[in-house]
Amino acid sequence: MTVLRSLARHRLFWPAAVMAVLLALNVALTPSFFSIQVRDGHLYGSLIDILRFGAPLILVALGMTLVVATRGIDLSVGSVVAISGAVACLWISELPEQNSVAGVLAALGIALGVALVLGLWNGFLVSVIGIQPIIATLILMVAGRGLAQLVTGGQIITVNSGPYRLLGGGYWFGLPASIIVALGMVAAAALLVRRSALGMLVESVGGNPEASRLAGIRSRRILVVVYAWCALCAGLAGLMISSNVSSADGNNAGLWIELDAILAVVLGGTLLSGGRFSLGGTVLGALLIQTLTTTVYTLGIPPESTLLFKALVVTAVCLIQSPAFRARLSRRRRPPAPTAGRSQRDAATEAEVTA
Amino acid sequence: MDPILSMTGIRKEFPGVVALDDVAFRMFPGEVHALMGENGAGKSTLIKVLTGAYHVDAGNISLNGSAVRFAGPLQAQQAGISTVYQEVNLCPNLSVAENIFIGREPRRLGRIHWTAMKNRSAELLRRLDLDIDPGRELGSCSIAVQQLVAIARAVDVSARVLVLDEPTSSLDADEVATLFGVVRTLRDQGMAILFVSHFIEQVFAISDRMTVLRNGKLVGEYRASEITPVDLVRAMIGRELATLDELEPPRRRSGAGQAPVFAATVDLGRKGNIEPFTLDIREGEVVGLAGLLGSGRTELVRLLFGADRADQGSLRLGESTVHLRSPRAAIARGVAFCPENRKADGLVEDLTVRENIVLALQARRGWARPLPRRRQEELARSFIDRLRIRPADPEALVGNLSGGNQQKVLLARWLLTEPRLLILDEPTRGIDIGAKAEIQKLIAELAEDGMAVLFVSAELEEVLRVSHQVAVLRDRAVVDRMPNEGLTPDMVLHTIAKGEAA
Ligand SMILES: Nc1ncnc2c1ncn2[C@@H]1O[C@H](COP(=O)(O)OP(=O)(O)O)[C@@H](O)[C@H]1O
Ligand SMILES: [Mg+2]
Repeated sequence: MTVLRSLARHRLFWPAAVMAVLLALNVALTPSFFSIQVRDGHLYGSLIDILRFGAPLILVALGMTLVVATRGIDLSVGSVVAISGAVACLWISELPEQNSVAGVLAALGIALGVALVLGLWNGFLVSVIGIQPIIATLILMVAGRGLAQLVTGGQIITVNSGPYRLLGGGYWFGLPASIIVALGMVAAAALLVRRSALGMLVESVGGNPEASRLAGIRSRRILVVVYAWCALCAGLAGLMISSNVSSADGNNAGLWIELDAILAVVLGGTLLSGGRFSLGGTVLGALLIQTLTTTVYTLGIPPESTLLFKALVVTAVCLIQSPAFRARLSRRRRPPAPTAGRSQRDAATEAEVTA
Repeated sequence: MDPILSMTGIRKEFPGVVALDDVAFRMFPGEVHALMGENGAGKSTLIKVLTGAYHVDAGNISLNGSAVRFAGPLQAQQAGISTVYQEVNLCPNLSVAENIFIGREPRRLGRIHWTAMKNRSAELLRRLDLDIDPGRELGSCSIAVQQLVAIARAVDVSARVLVLDEPTSSLDADEVATLFGVVRTLRDQGMAILFVSHFIEQVFAISDRMTVLRNGKLVGEYRASEITPVDLVRAMIGRELATLDELEPPRRRSGAGQAPVFAATVDLGRKGNIEPFTLDIREGEVVGLAGLLGSGRTELVRLLFGADRADQGSLRLGESTVHLRSPRAAIARGVAFCPENRKADGLVEDLTVRENIVLALQARRGWARPLPRRRQEELARSFIDRLRIRPADPEALVGNLSGGNQQKVLLARWLLTEPRLLILDEPTRGIDIGAKAEIQKLIAELAEDGMAVLFVSAELEEVLRVSHQVAVLRDRAVVDRMPNEGLTPDMVLHTIAKGEAA
């Protein structure tokens, strides 16, 4: 009982529970949902698809998590996705031999370099100039689309490059390469953040910027690092998306992905008010959103209502995660009776009261 | 006479702590009832239980003879129990009037009636004898004024019980007098007032009845006329006063003598903040800053720490002349600073005790050279033991600690960086006598070991007890500096007041 209760208190309990419900729903509708087949040495199945199509979102949300932890937000990730895909495709399309590995690697490097510069720009606006993050990144969100159009010349650039297609559509060790890249980035981020002191310093800056400054933390530098990292993740996601379709679309690539990413971060238990963050939670949040999209298709919900359905589920998760809401629910169910076991939940509601 | 409020058998547990255990408490109309106890005794918790901010684990509360249980402070307020919490909970970006009426704005045709709001708050402030412009943005007022606004807000709703949790900890003598005037008026109108304060004289000056808590347990209820200050303190700390004497700081050495000067300023200043001042602090010397609230004490020490940048004069730290551009630069030269407002400028409440303690050291090392987790725990534990931080749990959230323990966490953070100059801005504000004596004793020990200390306090007695030199501030300027030999509070007060009439 106590094990259960402490499980229920874990901050990832509710998103995980909703995830379980969604998966169960899918199995009920499509009995073969969990089955994974091996074809030509590659793994196939719905779960693999969720991971594969969810990989870009995981990447973008991964970067967004640290930004949100510093009390910031990055609206420009969608544009960075488009720009990095466009730059890579442009470079490859001008190669004399599109299948040259060295040429493709150069393209990837240049695209990520551009993403990094864009992230540094955001970081500069936020930390040195002191513009509010939502405004600072809005600039690039709007201007970035134009930039991507400029790179692609207003057209969709298509490429025909085997090595480039590998990143978004290929397989390594039987798994889609995009899954491996995303997992690799998650692992790298976890190492970077928890093995160095970066995680604690980010949480400190997000939790109380002035106290952090007075404790001697170089918050400016940390902000720049965080925005650069976020753009880098978005750039990688952009490469993945464009590689998957072997083309770059400056207009539509990564459109609205910033909203899904922010949602994933919040579902994963990181507060928009900054402070404590959870990378694992973000990954779970991103997968939850992707599963939801898949479920919408399997349920056969008409495309007009997909967004509404998504919104309903997300609202439910947010409500159920809120201690105040849960307390109200259970108070309604049984009249207040003083038991020792209640103190825990009270502590949660108190946190709301004092917040 | 029947009590208007009575609480019996109250119990409240937090994970790992029993904050209240079988506590009884009652209040009578037309009485001021002081709730006394050391930091962490459970005073704030009892108040929060009363107002429904916390749910009790056991016990009964009755108001006017009928059992009540409030779901939250709003309900309690509607039932006539108004509270001013220890931490002022207002909106700094709204005006004074808006803050007074927030949530119950006077309306006309469904829209906020601004003129009525302004007039009513002006009238209320006048009734409380407060000279505050209701249109002013609250954030631009001093903490003291904010506190008074919070009280005005609480008084306005037709309260029968008024709860004041440490309302005076950030007020100066005049403001306390104003507040007490208000409290007496309300009492004479038949209101029951619960009052928490660490200042013993204040408590005896204002209250009719006292209840003492210790470690979450009820020690007793006394009528103010029946108990002496000495007995009260004994009840609070549960020790004989003989042992309290041991907590007194060891006699100061006669002074740092000819020890080298660690920090020296020449006409250091900042326009609009503090007039140019010249001051030096020797190694092993405690310099006390005395002055009224708003006399520039905080502004002065912030310049020495690089929290604000000086725009004139020079500063020497150790051997070199420096222009501090950031706190980081000051820290690198061995300066440490415990700010006046622990919550806003000191602690990161989301983080644990351990994380808060290692923060400055980690910041100095940079993010690429993390302190291993095990080392962090060792360091945290050693300071928890040395400073007697309670609860003795490195993983407790700092936001849940009581004020005195939060202050000790901040001290630990800076001691860990082994500073050569330690700046303490009001380190004992809102802290009980036990913790206060501990901190004073610690300061004496640190100075003994050669640390230079700059000590700011609103309490003259305290300044005189710990410092070798006293610098006096008035109107944002250093007006005098004297060795602490044979100084009395009256003499310092005289210097503070001198010329004020002119
Ligand atoms: N929200 C909380 N969570 C956990 N422990 C708490 C919380 N609030 C208070 N405590 C603990 O309860 C005890 C009583 O605290 P408090 O009522 O604030 O004391 P006082 O106001 O008398 O200084 C302390 O040990 C404190 O650490
Ligand atoms: Mg308290």
